[in-house]
Amino acid sequence: MIRTSRRTLLRAGAAFAGASALGFPAIVRAQAEKIRIGHLTPLTGFLGVIGSYAQLGVKLAAEEINQSGGVLGKQVDLLSEDSINPATAATKAQRMLEQDGAVVLLGEISSASSLTIMQVAERNKKVFFSTGARSDALRGKNCNKYSFHCDIPNTVMVNAVGTALSQKGMVKGKKFFTLTADYIFGHDLLKAAKAFFGTHDANLIGDELIAIDVTDFSPYLLKVRQAKPDVVCCNLAGNQVTNLVKQYAEFGLPYPLVGFNLNTGDAWAAGAGNLSGTWPTVWYHTLNNPASQAFVAAFSKKYGKPPENHAWIDYITLKLLAEAINTTKSTDSNELIAYFEKQSQFDIGKARKAYFRSWDHQMVQEAYPFTVKPKDQMKDQWDMLVLGDAVPAANDPLETIYPTREQNPCEMKA
Amino acid sequence: MQFEFLLEQVVNGLVLGGYYLLIALGLSLIFSVGGIVNLAHGAFYALGAYVFVELVKHLGFGASIVISPLAVALLGILFERFILRRFYTADPILSLLVTFGLAMVAEQAIRMIWGAAPVSTEIPQSFRGSVILGDFLFSRYRLLILAVIAVVLVAVWLLLHKTSFGRVVRAGIQRPDMVAALGIRLQPYMIAIVMLGVGMAALGGAFFAPITTVHPAMGAEIMTVAFVVVVIGGLGSFWGVVISALLVGVVRGIAIHFQPAAGEASIYILMFLVLLVRPRGLLGERIEKFE
Repeated sequence: MIRTSRRTLLRAGAAFAGASALGFPAIVRAQAEKIRIGHLTPLTGFLGVIGSYAQLGVKLAAEEINQSGGVLGKQVDLLSEDSINPATAATKAQRMLEQDGAVVLLGEISSASSLTIMQVAERNKKVFFSTGARSDALRGKNCNKYSFHCDIPNTVMVNAVGTALSQKGMVKGKKFFTLTADYIFGHDLLKAAKAFFGTHDANLIGDELIAIDVTDFSPYLLKVRQAKPDVVCCNLAGNQVTNLVKQYAEFGLPYPLVGFNLNTGDAWAAGAGNLSGTWPTVWYHTLNNPASQAFVAAFSKKYGKPPENHAWIDYITLKLLAEAINTTKSTDSNELIAYFEKQSQFDIGKARKAYFRSWDHQMVQEAYPFTVKPKDQMKDQWDMLVLGDAVPAANDPLETIYPTREQNPCEMKA
Repeated sequence: MQFEFLLEQVVNGLVLGGYYLLIALGLSLIFSVGGIVNLAHGAFYALGAYVFVELVKHLGFGASIVISPLAVALLGILFERFILRRFYTADPILSLLVTFGLAMVAEQAIRMIWGAAPVSTEIPQSFRGSVILGDFLFSRYRLLILAVIAVVLVAVWLLLHKTSFGRVVRAGIQRPDMVAALGIRLQPYMIAIVMLGVGMAALGGAFFAPITTVHPAMGAEIMTVAFVVVVIGGLGSFWGVVISALLVGVVRGIAIHFQPAAGEASIYILMFLVLLVRPRGLLGERIEKFE
C-alpha cells in the first residue's frame, strides 16, 4: 500500500493553497443568502487590461451599494470572473444563471463574447447588461428583449470623431487608410466608418484587417506609406491600439493618425509622447461633474489610480441596476425590462441624464471627442487627454448621434 | 513599384526576424545543451522589458538597455541552480511542467508587482522617426536594434566556435558522456548558457518595450513565435536558428503584402512545410541523446 506521509500531504496542501492564491485572484465570491449578480469581463488576452479596470469599477459599486444597505434590504453578492473568450463566456454565463443563482448578468467588453452572453440571457430569460461592447450589430440585427447596451455604439464613436474631424477640414475630399480589428467589433466599426466616409465625401483608399493577436505592425505601416493617404484611421481594439500607436510614433509617418475607437486604458498604455490625433470616448476621469468626481475620488482612494472608462461604465451600470431593483422592488426580468423600457432616467455623472431607448435597449448618453495633451502640460501620467465638448451639443436631442430606427435593424421579439 | 514594395517588406521582415532570433537562440541553446524545453523563456523576455521600464526612468536609455539584460541574466543563475539543475536527467515532461508552472508564477508575480495595466516608456528622441535608404523606409529605432543584434550574434558565434568554452558546449550537445569521461563538468557551462539565453531574451524585451505593449502576458505572446523559429531551424544548429528567424520574419512580411488575412497563419504553414520535408528542421543535427 502506498502511504502518503503527513509531510507530503502538508506540502501538497500548501502548494495547492499557494497555487489557488496565485492562480485565481480574479474570482470574487461572497456568501450565499444574498442577491447574486454575475459579472463577466475579459481579464486576459488583448482586452484583459481594460477588463481589469471594469472589474475594479464593478467591485467598488457593489461595495458602495452594500454599505448603503444593499438592494431590497439584502446585500449584493457579486460574482466576477474572466470571460476569456466567446465560448467560455457563454458557458460561464449559463453556469452563473443556472447553478450560482445569479438574477441578472452584466459586463463584457468584447463584442464577440457579449453576443454569446446575450444568447444565453435570452434562453434563460434573464436580463444582461452589455456594458462595454460597442458593435452596432449587438443592438441592431442581433438585439433581443433581455439585453441592454450601455456603451456608445460604433456609429456614435464614428459620429463623435467624424464631426470633430470635419470641423478641422480633415474629412471632405481626403484619402483615408483604415486599420481594422479582424472580428465582429472591427468589421462593424469599419462599416460605420465607411457609411460616414460615404456621406462626407471622403475616400477610403485602403483597409487592412488585422488579427487580434498581432503585436508587430511594421508590415502594415509600410503598406500605409505605399498608399500615401491623407489620414490614417485606427479601427483596432485593446492592446492592438497601444501597439499601433507606439509603432506609429516609432516610424514617424507624416500622415495624421486618428481613430474611431480608443479606451483610456489603451492611451495610458501607449504613454505620453506616443499618442496624437483625435479620438472618441464615452467618459474620462477629468470630466467636470460632481457625481463623476465623487466616483473618481472613491476609486482613486481605493485603488491608488484613477478609473478608466470601463471602470466607470461597469460602476454606473451596477448602480443603476440597484436603483431599478429598489424602485421596482423586484429582480424579476419582466419587471426590470418594463421599468427600463419606460425610458427611466439615470444620473450617470454627465451633464445630461441617460436612459435606455425602449425599442433597441441602447443607453442614450453624451459622448466626447478628445485630443492629446502636450507632454509638458500633463499634471501626471494619467492626465493625457483634453476632452472636447460633449456631443451632441447641449440644445440638440441626445438621440441625434445614435442610429435611427431606419438605420438600425433591431426587431425585438416579444 | 510593386516589386519595390515587396522588397521593402522583405527587408523589414529581416529586421523583425533578427528580433525573433534574440529570443529563439537562447531557447535553442538551453534545449540543445540541457535537454530542457524552457517554457519560462518568455517570462525572462517580459522581465527584461519591465526592468528596462523601471531603470530607464532613472538611468536613461543607454545604461538601461545594458543593465536590464545583465540583471535578468543574474536571475538566470538562480533559475539554473535551483530549478533547471534538478531536471537535466529527469523525464523531459517534468522540466516541461516545471517551466510551464514557472511561466505562470512569473506572469502572476509581474502582475502583483507592476499591476495588470501595461506600463509604458518611449523611444529616445534621437531614434524616433524613419530614414529612407534608397527606396526603403526604415525605422531608425529598428536599425539600432538590428545593429545591436548583429553584434550580439557575432559575439555568440565567436563564443561558440572560436573559444574553448564553445568547444566544450558543442561537444556537450552531442556527447555529454564523452565530455564527462574527459573529466569536464558541464554544470558551470550550463549556468553560462542559461545566463546567455535568458539575457538575450531580456535584451529583446528591453528593446521592444518602447514599441510594444508592456503587460504581464507579453512573455506568453512571444513564446509561440520563438518555438516556431526553433522548430523550423532545427536543434543544435546556430545557423539553423538564424536562417529560420529571418525566414519567419520575411515570410510573414510577404504574406501580409499579398494576403494580409494569412499573415499570422503563414509562419505555421511554413513550419508545417519544413517539418514535412525535413522533420529535424532546416539544419537540425541528429542529437543522440534526444533520439
